[in-house]
Amino acid sequence: MLTSYVEAIREGILEEMERDPNVFLLGEDIGVYGGAFKVTAGALERFGARRVIDTPISESAIVGAAIGASFMGLRPVAEMQFADFISCAFDQIVNFAAKCRYRWNAPVPIVVRAPCGGGIHGGPFHSQQNEAWFAHTPGLKVVLPATARDAKGLIKAAIRDNDPVIFFEHKALYRKIKEEIPPGDYTVPIGKAAIHRVGRDLTIVTYSAMVHVAAQVAEIVAREGISLEIVDLRTLVPFDEATVLESVRKTSKVIVLHEATMTGGFGGEIVARITEKAFEYLDGPVLRVTAPDTPVPYSPPLEAAFLPDADKLLAKVRWLAAY
Amino acid sequence: MPVAKPEPARKNAFQSTDAELSRKFLYYMALMREVEERIERRLYRQGKVLGGVYVGRGQEAIPVGSGLAARPDDIFFPSHRDLALYFIRGVTPKQVFAQYMGRRDGLTQGRDGNMHMGDLSKGLVAIISAMAASVPVAAGAAMALKYQGKDSVVFVYFGDGATSRGDWHEGINLATVQKAPLVLVCNNNQYAYSTPLDKQMACANVADRAPGYGMPAEIVDGNDVWAIYEAAKRAAAHARAGLGPYLIECKTFRMTGHSAHDPADYVPKDLFQKWSQRCPIQQLEKRMLDNSWASRQEIDALHQQIKQEVDQAIEQAEQSPYPDPSELLLRVYENEA
Ligand SMILES: Cc1ncc(C[n+]2csc(CCOP(=O)(O)OP(=O)(O)O)c2C)c(N)n1
Repeated sequence: MLTSYVEAIREGILEEMERDPNVFLLGEDIGVYGGAFKVTAGALERFGARRVIDTPISESAIVGAAIGASFMGLRPVAEMQFADFISCAFDQIVNFAAKCRYRWNAPVPIVVRAPCGGGIHGGPFHSQQNEAWFAHTPGLKVVLPATARDAKGLIKAAIRDNDPVIFFEHKALYRKIKEEIPPGDYTVPIGKAAIHRVGRDLTIVTYSAMVHVAAQVAEIVAREGISLEIVDLRTLVPFDEATVLESVRKTSKVIVLHEATMTGGFGGEIVARITEKAFEYLDGPVLRVTAPDTPVPYSPPLEAAFLPDADKLLAKVRWLAAY
Repeated sequence: MPVAKPEPARKNAFQSTDAELSRKFLYYMALMREVEERIERRLYRQGKVLGGVYVGRGQEAIPVGSGLAARPDDIFFPSHRDLALYFIRGVTPKQVFAQYMGRRDGLTQGRDGNMHMGDLSKGLVAIISAMAASVPVAAGAAMALKYQGKDSVVFVYFGDGATSRGDWHEGINLATVQKAPLVLVCNNNQYAYSTPLDKQMACANVADRAPGYGMPAEIVDGNDVWAIYEAAKRAAAHARAGLGPYLIECKTFRMTGHSAHDPADYVPKDLFQKWSQRCPIQQLEKRMLDNSWASRQEIDALHQQIKQEVDQAIEQAEQSPYPDPSELLLRVYENEA
């Protein structure tokens, strides 16, 4: 049976609630309505209002309350209706949750789920990939699954993790990705990248929805005799440097691909690590394919021009392969 | 000669008589005053304490009255002017001095400074530096206690200025909707840093905001430890009974600058003058003497004992080593020692 990305996350959450009575959900419209994207549909019916809490529109209070509840031994899973609105909870996440363990040895085992990304005509306030804001804050873990299998395994790992995890779910993948996933209970380790496709000539380092763009391009260039390896980071923090460097040493050519805008994006960090630690293996410049430095536009032709896609990647792959 | 008859000794919830409880009040208030006096006016000026120093001079009745009204299983979220809460929970003066000096024996082992410290095993949540950010966190802790079927309550502390922040409003709104067992203790000391109350808010009292959240509130004399104690008992009983949050506004005055570097030139001198007549410690002592709960000698002996305790604590704290730079990278995440 095929499982979609959204079903996979839902299954993971419900299984964890079943397994651990300390796990509970809080967020806007997550109970009766099942969440803006229906990720938590059915949770209220199954676990009741004690464990599935519809909150006021108060992102800072949602995350703050999750932190406070975690101090008392609970394992809250907070939903942001859109990743964009996480900025309203920014202080709680970056100034408090991230620093408690370091400051005063108080673990904060919370998960903040953030539906992110473009391609759904959401415009500037409902489309951002803002993972870099959090990757820059030590103390947080930043997770972005690209597949249904990983989405389930990683949400379960995130709920069991004893550090605060920001879990970015790509909205465009919720119902687009359907695949066979292992039955029942499994986790995917946080901090481990996956080789999404094994290749020889050129490495694409990417994550989240862009993994699928890379896969599309890999099919196309395979017919031209170019073999792409795709590294799906899955987690930005902790960053699986070893897997990236290993792939780079093998192929000697790298493109970093992400949907987020370029300047200050996580891609810059990846490029820096590669040039610092595998420079002598490189046979060409390390390139980036990202969105341009603009807000995410609404109108379809503008949004299409904004988002990295197969055509944009393809051009860079051909150029670098020939380098 | 007729002798003033003492008020009959009542038994309070913790089985101590009024006299015993008064002595406890006095001990913690005087200890807080003495420790903060040394930190603000000696160690800071000697360069032994670096960075920001915020004290609660003149406000000691607030953490002490409410802190002793709480049960040992209740949770505290202290503000930066509530040092006594730490002592009530068993943190020692030595640990506090070591914390202020950035030493390893400080509660955060040098990771953070001054009153930015906590210990979950003692029900003390470290202050969140962004004003009022602790309110939603406290709301969540209170929701968790209810979730777990416990009848403990959460006490969260803040100043008048903090009530201007969105987090204060978001946190209280969530807590009231959820009927979370939360006691909100405001120290209205009439200034937020240099900003007087009338530039902070257009209503007369912080308590005036409570009806907007469907929450009871009361205004108490913030320099009367007994009044605060009684109010905190009422508030905790309300929260414990499942009726939701309860706000106590303690009217008081900050008898110093915002922090040790601040001479508070912006405060009219006569205000300091006026409020110095209402020192919470002196008022308590007068009441103890009037009721024959203690003699002058006993009170003096207590102050003497505290001074010695504090001298010793400073000496011990100064012997505590600094953290080693090799510890810098540890414990950002779990399993990093
Ligand atoms: C969000 C935020 N802005 C600014 C500050 C700097 N700051 C620290 S204490 C303070 C004044 C707080 O006033 P109040 O809440 O009345 O408490 P009080 O110091 O009077 O006890 C300010 C502005 C801060 N800590 N947090």
